[in-house]
Amino acid sequence: MLNFFTELGSATREAFGKIGRGTFFLLHALSGFGYVGLRPRLLLKQMYSVGVLSFLIISISGLFVGMVLGLQGFYILSDFGAEESLGVMVAASLVRELGPVVSALLFAGRAGSALTAEIGLMKATEQLSGMEMMAVDPVKRIITPRFLAGLICMPLLAALFSAIGVMGGHMIGVGMLGVDDGSFWSQMQSSIDFRHDIINGMIKSLVFGFSATLIALFEGYDCLPTSEGVSRATTRTVVNSAFAVLGLDFILTALMFGD
Amino acid sequence: MSNNEQNIVSIRNLCFSRGARKIFDGVSLEIPRGKITAIMGPSGTGKTTLLKLIGGQLRPASGQVIFDGSDVHSLSTRELFNLRKKMGMLFQSGALLTDMNVFDNVAFPLREHTRLPEPLIRSLVLIKLQAVGLRGARMLMPNELSGGMARRVALARAIALDPLMIMYDEPFTGQDPISMGVLVHLIKSLNQILGLTSIIVSHDVRETAEIADYIYLLADGKIIAQGAPRELEQSDSAWVQQFLHGYADGPVHFHYSADEYFADLLSGVN
Amino acid sequence: MQHSKIQDTLVGLFVAAGIAALFYQALQVSNLGTYTSGETFTVSARFQNSGGLKVKSPVSVAGVKIGRVSSISLDKETLESVVEMKIDSKYNNLPDDSDASIYTSGLLGEQYISIDPGPGLSGAFLKNNSKIENVSSAIILEEMIGKFLLNKANQ
Repeated sequence: MLNFFTELGSATREAFGKIGRGTFFLLHALSGFGYVGLRPRLLLKQMYSVGVLSFLIISISGLFVGMVLGLQGFYILSDFGAEESLGVMVAASLVRELGPVVSALLFAGRAGSALTAEIGLMKATEQLSGMEMMAVDPVKRIITPRFLAGLICMPLLAALFSAIGVMGGHMIGVGMLGVDDGSFWSQMQSSIDFRHDIINGMIKSLVFGFSATLIALFEGYDCLPTSEGVSRATTRTVVNSAFAVLGLDFILTALMFGD
Repeated sequence: MSNNEQNIVSIRNLCFSRGARKIFDGVSLEIPRGKITAIMGPSGTGKTTLLKLIGGQLRPASGQVIFDGSDVHSLSTRELFNLRKKMGMLFQSGALLTDMNVFDNVAFPLREHTRLPEPLIRSLVLIKLQAVGLRGARMLMPNELSGGMARRVALARAIALDPLMIMYDEPFTGQDPISMGVLVHLIKSLNQILGLTSIIVSHDVRETAEIADYIYLLADGKIIAQGAPRELEQSDSAWVQQFLHGYADGPVHFHYSADEYFADLLSGVN
Repeated sequence: MQHSKIQDTLVGLFVAAGIAALFYQALQVSNLGTYTSGETFTVSARFQNSGGLKVKSPVSVAGVKIGRVSSISLDKETLESVVEMKIDSKYNNLPDDSDASIYTSGLLGEQYISIDPGPGLSGAFLKNNSKIENVSSAIILEEMIGKFLLNKANQ
């Protein structure tokens, strides 16, 4: 019994220590904005590896999710004779939820784990330490550009996911199942509000991008510099990002769409 | 301040612990300018930690590290960064940045800390690479280099900003005899030609003794012995003799401390 | 250096694609293409019963959408439903004696406000903070059915 409390205590201490280190890490990374501003090439390089390299998985997944929504939505809605609402259903689910959430989960798996492993290996091979000894702040040089890249790329990826998803839903609904093209779009357009739905979706993906990138970078920076430490940190990145994204999604949905 | 002029680094009463383990317990030593000073000792005695303390990457529990007249651990971050431009460090792994080629790695400190025009940077980098004999390897990526070459590139990078002092962390570990010879030669000649001060942390006795002017032997958080290589050779301390000649048993026991052998064996029987 | 140029181009394409996707959503998926949420003016109307009307329900004239419901509240004294709607300011020529009615689009569709332009006897138009006096409340399906059955029973 005593053991349990001891363990609970040390787990709490560990958790708070991590939150504290994470907060300092975030502030430190934010302080590097000026440094990166003077070296835009660093940012561009990271946008390539975080954004461009995630493009394919995001667009293919978006297409399939949209197609599945088109099929399932059609089966459900045709029971009520409301196939014309298929466009609304596909677009609302994508723009509000699936676009930001699924693309953030894919982002954590594709880009987040790569970031953690990269930074963990840099730590293990003393590159971060070496940079420090060359009087270059490794957080500003390594972390800040990656953080910014994640922040910029996540909403773009989510927008791509939703747009391609809507096209996928259209392809199935209108092209294959014969829903009327005009009512597909017009119903969608009359129900989806730009500010309320699309901007809120973008805000969501910005928040997810912030947390998923921060988690990935911090886990890499904070990991034990051994091969086992790096592999554990990579796993933690994917698991913790998924929890963070889904948890934040619930909170944001309640705040945004709860009237 | 004659002491400061003579010694580039003075360490006074340095104490440092990691968890409950005391790594340093009142270490004091001086690194004279223009010389090669070696810090030797068995693995795990915190030799690398000592370099990190000198570089200000770690904070001591107590004691002072004076580098070129300033107390390393009382400086602000900005001052510390400026101080580090005057010291180079060669990491065991080389610590080259893996996403840049050899040329860009050597140019990295120059591009970060100076506003020199690119043609001048190019000339400087080629001069440094020529000094370590790798001018022809400038377009290679770090993963295409052998361990010895990586260390030489790292050395070229460490001297890029013309520091006052270079710290070598285990420069000879895991090298074949030829690269070892090359490194020994490089460390010695760079020290002479560039008027550097060098600190070598190592447990490779033969190579280190060959080039060091002065050696500190470190064990159990204290300095056990010090002196020029030849003086240490003639030391009558059993520990020094064991370390220098690599005897299997001596003051450092072959067996990790344990209960009495027979008692331990028999304790399972009852 | 060739390598970094390709990288630049790909990043540029990626950013352009992302922004295009956002525009696509704005224009093709949402109402932004059909209805500019620019300048609006607010008009209110009091209904006995606003039924299933919701905030953001459409407001239309002759079947063309001209605005949205912006708030629905209950007047504590008269116990009437006060509906405020934002109307696109380019429709500034609706006579102030127009009628507002709550209709349902289709049997299960959503409810919306339809404004029938009045004869324009006073010559004034609806403007910001105008009140529409002539209203007809929502048609509640249950009430209709109840009345119908009652009539049948009485016959």
